[in-house]
Amino acid sequence: MVDVPTAPGTSRRGFYLTFIYGLWGLIAAALAAPALLYLLLPPKIRRGSEWIEAADVTQLQPRVPVEVVFRKNRVDGWKITSEKETAWVVKLSDQQTVAFGPQCTHLGCAYHWDEAKSEFLCPCHNSVFAVNGAVISGPAPRPLDRYETKIQDGKLLLGQLRQSTGSKA
Amino acid sequence: MKGQDRLHHWLDSRTGIETAVRNFLYENIPASSGWHQVFGSVALFLFLTQAFTGALLAFNYAPTPGDAYNSLRYILAEVTAGRLMRGLHHWGASMMIVVVVLHMTQVFLYGAYKKPREATWMVGVVLMLVTLAYGLTGYLLPWDNRAYWGTVVATQIASQAPVIGPYLARLLGGQDEVGVVTFARFYGLHVLLLPPATLLLIAIHVYLVRKHGVAPQPGDEVRPLKKFYPQQVFRDTVAIFIAFAILFVMAVAVHVPLEQLADPTDTTYIPRPEWYFLFLFQTLKLFEGPLEMVGSVMLPALAVLALVLVPFIDRGRMRKVTERTFAGALVVLAAIGWGALTAVAVATTPKPAMAEQIDFSQPTDWLQLSPVEMAGIGYFRQENCTSCHTVGDGNPKIGPDLASGTHKSAAWMIEHFKHPSAMVPGSAMPPIQLSDAQLNTLAAFLLKLNPRNAEGLQSAPDFAVQGAMIYQNGQCGSCHMVNGVGVKIGPVLNGVKQRRTQQWVEDHFRDPQALSPGSMMPPYRFPPSQMEKIVAYLFVLPD
Repeated sequence: MVDVPTAPGTSRRGFYLTFIYGLWGLIAAALAAPALLYLLLPPKIRRGSEWIEAADVTQLQPRVPVEVVFRKNRVDGWKITSEKETAWVVKLSDQQTVAFGPQCTHLGCAYHWDEAKSEFLCPCHNSVFAVNGAVISGPAPRPLDRYETKIQDGKLLLGQLRQSTGSKA
Repeated sequence: MKGQDRLHHWLDSRTGIETAVRNFLYENIPASSGWHQVFGSVALFLFLTQAFTGALLAFNYAPTPGDAYNSLRYILAEVTAGRLMRGLHHWGASMMIVVVVLHMTQVFLYGAYKKPREATWMVGVVLMLVTLAYGLTGYLLPWDNRAYWGTVVATQIASQAPVIGPYLARLLGGQDEVGVVTFARFYGLHVLLLPPATLLLIAIHVYLVRKHGVAPQPGDEVRPLKKFYPQQVFRDTVAIFIAFAILFVMAVAVHVPLEQLADPTDTTYIPRPEWYFLFLFQTLKLFEGPLEMVGSVMLPALAVLALVLVPFIDRGRMRKVTERTFAGALVVLAAIGWGALTAVAVATTPKPAMAEQIDFSQPTDWLQLSPVEMAGIGYFRQENCTSCHTVGDGNPKIGPDLASGTHKSAAWMIEHFKHPSAMVPGSAMPPIQLSDAQLNTLAAFLLKLNPRNAEGLQSAPDFAVQGAMIYQNGQCGSCHMVNGVGVKIGPVLNGVKQRRTQQWVEDHFRDPQALSPGSMMPPYRFPPSQMEKIVAYLFVLPD
């Protein structure tokens, strides 16, 4: 049905209908748009990447991993929880110090440093990693995960744990 | 038949929806119907909007006293459009009260409650009480000081009711004090019990309106009936749109504060109810001692009873609205009475303490600053640094972003403040004319700035900043410690609000030895405005 605005009554009816639909459309849009933003956009992260001081680089022996325990704030919505985290810190060279996540990349077991063999050994399924994190043998699919690191005034700062790339080769 | 028509036909024959909508829209209404009858529709619209924004808020809200406050802060500070949603819900509640009262006033003025519409009116009175119940229960949910203490007063009033008082208080979970149980009950009422009850009551109310038809005025019997659609629907729509536009503008422009987390040990807090309950609050003050119950329970109960019984008190024949002078006079009297009580309540309420002006709906990183850094904010504001520099977010300005997170040393900055172009060739910055000690505080603040805390540091209220400046000028830090900075010769000042009253601290400033014999502290005779600020600053320090 099309309203043909000819008779005075019809044009008034058309005027009413335009306003009824138009105003309800505006109201719906003004409610729906913020609601979609509210539900779909990620919240502003105020406490973004935090750098945690983990070790004094000058105290590290070259190629001798040290297990470091530190506390980190985890932000989950409105909850901020302080959690214990662990990293294996190794000074590979004077220029490069790395920090490995404490879990084997195979199934997440905690590995340890075998001093006699100078290798990381995972007791669960015998994955073996070199001091630089590379897979030497065992079922581990990829090298050890590393924390983002930066060095400031001789202190090693750790950021987010990043999944390593590459294969066992 | 065309495809569309067939679909319509199928839908209607299976569900009857088209016929129902048609019956609804093409209802006959009296010739006198017009703009004065839009308020009911507006109230219904506002209720639905409240349900919508309330559900959205619930998606990010943790309904326990432990988390409620933090989750609301999260909605306000971190969720996109969260502030708008809360604004819509908060002001929507106030607006609903206004519109419901306007609706009742119109019905009252026109005598539309008369036979056979008594039941419609009484259900309407119940709906108004339900609207107030939403306001009462929703008031507690932010779980800030305002919410907590407002509810303490409300539950105590309820417990004063004759006979049922103690039971009522127990039902609200507030027998001994407002606590976790009260919170759970109020939340349950607000989101689980009241909404379906409201829907049911609205259904009954609308059914009764339809059953008896819109109330005609004398003279309507000889004039032809009109259709509800489209002219009256158009009027309702325009009214709804105006209400919504006002609500939206208020939600965007008028700030809804969030005070500090509810503190049941705070003995200085002056509870204030929401504006629409202020007249009751004031009525209460007119009765003292054993008569208090008269103001708090009996008068309101009588008023509600009178409202319910209006159709039975006034049983006269229907008259034109212009001839209902007695009803009009009653409305005017009620309005004057309400207005006067509210005005007196507003005028006699003491000014909120400075600490209550802190807006906890924004980040409050400034609470962790040392006095030096806080005082730096004062000089930062005094020197109008932000007229040339960006701080964190915002449009780029001439000078560099001061919250970039990379900083020069304090020594470099102080040299730069004194001789800008010597340190940064070509700098257009004018030298800052402050003493070395003042420049030092400025540098201390700037060293603390980073992109994450820029907003939370800049929201520091002026009284606290000025309090910190007085603290710095008085060199309080050479004997006292605040936020871990200073010297522990005198007591650490964090937590002073747990140990002392504000009056004690003021007296102690003027004559330390009188209150703490043997104290090494010299007297400080601050002028009143300074005294107020330094004490307020000390009393907002985190414990």
